[in-house]
Amino acid sequence: MIKAILIFNNHGKPRLIRFYQYFAEDMQQQIIRETFHLVSKRDDNVCNFLEGGSLIGGSDYKLIYRHYATLYFVFCVDSSESELGILDLIQVFVETLDKCFENVCELDLIFHMDKVHYILQEVVMGGMVLETNMNEIVAQVELQTRMEKSEGGLSAAPARAVSAVKNMNLPEIPRNINIGDINIKVPSLSPF
Amino acid sequence: MSDVVEKTLTALPSLLSLDSQPGAAKLSSTSKLGNLIRGITELTSKHEEEKLIQRELTSIKEQVSSPNTSMRQMKELMVRATYCEMLGYEASFSYIHAIKLAQQGTALEKRVGYLAVSLFLNEDHELLLLLVNTVLKDLQSTNLIEVCMALTVVSQMFPKDMIPAILPLVEEKLNHPKEIIRRKAVLALYKFYQIAPNQVQHIHNKFRKALCDKDPGVMTASLHIYLQMIKENPEGYKDLTASVVTILKQVVGGKLPMDFNYHSVPAPWLQIQLLRILSLLGKNDHSTSEIMYEVLDESLRRAEMNHNITYAILYECVKCIYTIHPKSELLEKAAKCIGNFVLSQKINLKYLGLKALTYVVQQDPRLALQHQMTIIECLDHPDLIIKRETLELLFRITNAQNVTVIVEKMLEFLRISKDDYTTTDLVGKVAELAEKYAPDNEWFIETMNTVFSVGGDVMQPDIPNSFLKLLSEGFDSVEEDRKLRQFAVDSYVSLLQGGPGKLPQRFLQVISWVLGEYSHLSEELDPATVLSLLSKLLDSKNTSSETKSWVLVAMTKLCEGRAGVSVAREVSETYSSSLDTALRQRAQELQHLSQDSELRARVLPRDASREPLEVDSSLSFLDGFVSEALAAGAAPYKPPHQRQEELAQEKALSLEPYGLSLPISMSSCSIGDRQSPTLLSVSSGLSGDSIELSHKGGSATLKLDGVKRVWGREGYLSKRESVEETAQVEVPSPLRSPSQQGEADKSHNQTPTPTPTPEPEQEKQQLASSLFVGLGSQSSVCLMGKSDLTNQRFRRKARCPGTSSGSSEITSNSIVSPPSMVDSLLYNNLLDSNITSELDLASPQSPPQLSQDLSTANGTCDVDLTDRDVTANNPSIIRDNGVVAAEDPDKPTDLCLSSHLPAELSGLSRSEITALCSHQSLHLSACHVQGDDSLALVVFILNSSDSDVQQMLLQLDSDQLEVSSVSESPVQEVRGDSVVVCQYSLTVKRPSVLVEVCGVMSFMCSVGTPQSVQFSYKLPLASFIRPLTVSTEEYGTMWLAFSHDTKQNLTLMREDRESLTATLNVLKNKLQLHVVEIIGMEGIVACRLLPDQPCLMHCRINAGTLAVWLRSPIPDLPDCLIYHCQRALQEH
Repeated sequence: MIKAILIFNNHGKPRLIRFYQYFAEDMQQQIIRETFHLVSKRDDNVCNFLEGGSLIGGSDYKLIYRHYATLYFVFCVDSSESELGILDLIQVFVETLDKCFENVCELDLIFHMDKVHYILQEVVMGGMVLETNMNEIVAQVELQTRMEKSEGGLSAAPARAVSAVKNMNLPEIPRNINIGDINIKVPSLSPF
Repeated sequence: MSDVVEKTLTALPSLLSLDSQPGAAKLSSTSKLGNLIRGITELTSKHEEEKLIQRELTSIKEQVSSPNTSMRQMKELMVRATYCEMLGYEASFSYIHAIKLAQQGTALEKRVGYLAVSLFLNEDHELLLLLVNTVLKDLQSTNLIEVCMALTVVSQMFPKDMIPAILPLVEEKLNHPKEIIRRKAVLALYKFYQIAPNQVQHIHNKFRKALCDKDPGVMTASLHIYLQMIKENPEGYKDLTASVVTILKQVVGGKLPMDFNYHSVPAPWLQIQLLRILSLLGKNDHSTSEIMYEVLDESLRRAEMNHNITYAILYECVKCIYTIHPKSELLEKAAKCIGNFVLSQKINLKYLGLKALTYVVQQDPRLALQHQMTIIECLDHPDLIIKRETLELLFRITNAQNVTVIVEKMLEFLRISKDDYTTTDLVGKVAELAEKYAPDNEWFIETMNTVFSVGGDVMQPDIPNSFLKLLSEGFDSVEEDRKLRQFAVDSYVSLLQGGPGKLPQRFLQVISWVLGEYSHLSEELDPATVLSLLSKLLDSKNTSSETKSWVLVAMTKLCEGRAGVSVAREVSETYSSSLDTALRQRAQELQHLSQDSELRARVLPRDASREPLEVDSSLSFLDGFVSEALAAGAAPYKPPHQRQEELAQEKALSLEPYGLSLPISMSSCSIGDRQSPTLLSVSSGLSGDSIELSHKGGSATLKLDGVKRVWGREGYLSKRESVEETAQVEVPSPLRSPSQQGEADKSHNQTPTPTPTPEPEQEKQQLASSLFVGLGSQSSVCLMGKSDLTNQRFRRKARCPGTSSGSSEITSNSIVSPPSMVDSLLYNNLLDSNITSELDLASPQSPPQLSQDLSTANGTCDVDLTDRDVTANNPSIIRDNGVVAAEDPDKPTDLCLSSHLPAELSGLSRSEITALCSHQSLHLSACHVQGDDSLALVVFILNSSDSDVQQMLLQLDSDQLEVSSVSESPVQEVRGDSVVVCQYSLTVKRPSVLVEVCGVMSFMCSVGTPQSVQFSYKLPLASFIRPLTVSTEEYGTMWLAFSHDTKQNLTLMREDRESLTATLNVLKNKLQLHVVEIIGMEGIVACRLLPDQPCLMHCRINAGTLAVWLRSPIPDLPDCLIYHCQRALQEH
């Protein structure tokens, strides 16, 4: 499970903070500080994994991070996540941001914090990886943006717009995997 | 891509200072958020920032509470508030407004509201309850985006108690036509599973459906749930193996749409997930592993492209191959993969390679050997993380021969590491190694000195403790002990003389204890010298008062002779006026004992630390004082847990009269039990078909002792011989046998070394040979295995030699002979013995209980027969047990043994008699009998051979139950061809869905060797439930007093008016509940857990389901009972 996602810049200023496990506010700030402290003193030619920050619990936890220009993207995960998998997930996330913002930069993250959150929500949900397919993520986000626009005209033509929103269809890319030959027997719970 | 970011960011300062520039428009510079951010960026100090944000927060606060603020403005305000919160400034006033926004806004504003809520609040926040209705509404919305938002917020946080309210809606979404909704619903359910597993246990079938969903995305999401469930109970999901393999095969084979490719690798994250599941399923299970070999092979083969993500798949594959039952071809390929990882120039891969090596090194030490040069290089790697990972690997391969080099490397690292976590971890490891493999006293003491001074005050407190224990308990040889202690004393004296200023407190405490206890061992050491060193410690201002007490105690032990007494007087005078009471006490002791050497010899005898102290833990010597105090009117003492309980109850009463949001404390144990279908089926297997028993019964508990151990500490056990063999064969191959120096050198010449630079390379090779000595050749097996013990220098003395049961042979049940055989044997023998009545003929002078049993048996044989018929025809007699009617082979056994049932228990409802275990001619079976106020466990011991079994000792034990024997004198022998019955009474200590009794029977056959068999017996908690007769008023008062509760919706029996009555009647009959009253759509029910733990149940019909609310003073009882209710209704 992903415990937290932290994005901060080279000076340790938080740009996006998302915890999937509850920590008190001051604890969160402490975690951000400690993480920044750990990550920032590492060169670019060392590995992208860090172990055992004492704050988000001990040996089972890892920090997996990537450094892009002025920003650090840090995922704090437990042992049930694949290290390299998360590393590429960060890449997917950043590439998605790049697509949504057209050449993303730190300023986009600052001024559109909410939008970044919405994009992240399509990638990671409640600490679990929801979607890794960039096109799919972008499609979902764009759909919401479209809703934004149509709602802009809501006051002009209320009835039509409302029905437009109501009937809005989520894009569905036709895809199918043949899992037909799975023969799963639903076990009937035998009584005791 | 990063170039682009870089370029954009270089423009940042100009953008911020001049908003007239065109680019700034994009950044909504006119917005208030923009102003705020610009303001912050211009600031120079933290203090100014704080002031600015506080001002901002005040203005936000004003605006949000103003009634004129529109929702649209509110949305903007919320974003600003979240920004402030992110920077660490609390904006708690805005929480309620965020909820309001989510409630009342249009879809777009809602989205901001939900986001703010999920960032502001946590699961336990009380305001979250206000969100429940909004979520409910949005889940039912026709706007898909609103549904998505609701599901997202639910999966982030939702109050546990409110899950039943939205569960049906979320479940419904599993059938939604849009895959994105199904996917999110699955993840929301996963969240529920995590925080309240018993709430979702009834929808396991739906999880299966999600797994089979036609959309791969939904299937992927459901794997999260399965990974978790399989981790908790791998046995329960073995049937999924084939499906998972099929899915993986299709993914690997490219059957998924191109859409799922990432860098032309098909669905890599899905592959990783599937491989993880496979490794959990195949662990320790040969037949399951067989199924996956092929697909693993294919995965390895396909994942050959050169991209990061393929390495992720490879790594999972390798881990899986080493986790499941080994197959040599795959292991070979996996080993090659690990090699590629370790040798890779990419540092991330090197890291993973080291991880993998650490993981496999205990199974295959030769692998580490192959890469020894790389490992040596990693030891000097500039990246500390790589370095530490290497040390971790070395820690795993440490043996008596290489311990000095490895510990030296670890200490080197410790000296440069500044991270507390690493220090604590590594210090513990060094201490462990030093204790285990120390080559000599000097080295041991010196290493521990470094450990103490480096580890200082961050190390685990058990390190100094176990060190002192080791020192004081001593080893096998007295002379060795003396030498070790003397060396320690000498080393500490010189340390103190060198200046103790920098030593950590813990170390000083160890030093003063050792000096106090053992400085007399060193002959040339004058006690006065030690005393003066110690008193110097006292004077130092760095010494903490805790350390000072240690020093004072040490001085008390040492103050001998005139010089000693005078030092003692001086010190005690200084400290008898100390503010610290502990110090004052010690100073007083020092003063008194230094003046009375006789008393001191009695109080602090020399060398006495080995004698066990007799501690009067009940403090009985204070009894007089207590009774006096009580007589004088003092309140009786209450233990802390009782006080807390009372406090909690008070709180429950005063603060939350309706107990709505009382935290449900759920024991992980009961949860763990409940979600596993196999665990449940076990008991049915036990009493059911005997052949099934061998499979199903094995799957839960029996297997642990029954199955051959395949993996052990030393790796794959049954393969060990072959490892040895190959090792022997390969001795000529120089690379693998560095145990001899000469050969080792040869091997290094053949190790691929890119540039043969002479000097440092030579050093490295030397290091390698010293590090990897003892690996790979035959001794490698010793290294990981048994001979470890003989190498260990500081072997703890066995404290109670009596317990080692030399020749006693523990036989595990269930594997030796197929149970069906045993059963038929049992059957025949029993039948014989019954027919010919050999039993009482053969034993004229049998012990009284036995003969009594026998006469009972004879007398009531016919009656029992009919009884049995009734049992067979009318299963409701054994309803409590819920056992499936027994198959034929079992019944006669049951019949014969049941005739031995003690007279007072006949006529009561009882479970089927289940075979527990057998050893040669000795067979154990058991059943439980339900009395009105008791539950009896009856164990039948049948000896079917001619010879007697003697010195029999039957011991029963259970974590969850209190077991007490009913008969006064334990049975000690079983004569040939006879049955002995032991009866136990059981009460529940800790409720759990299934409770288990474990037992050991040791006995002596006529042949003479002591033997023992182990067994276990499981019974459902429902057997301990009895009706509790209370009036409605009593019920009301009790209800308020109970603090543990749980709620759940159950299915109704019928869909008509009488449904409540019908459902309650089913529960009443099946679970022996007492229906107190039924009023309209509500009913109250009471029961008790034996002997007298009440549990109350409140049922109400709500939207076609039965909303049940259970309360009890016992923490896990409601959870367990609801489970049984659910089962009872399902079975009906």
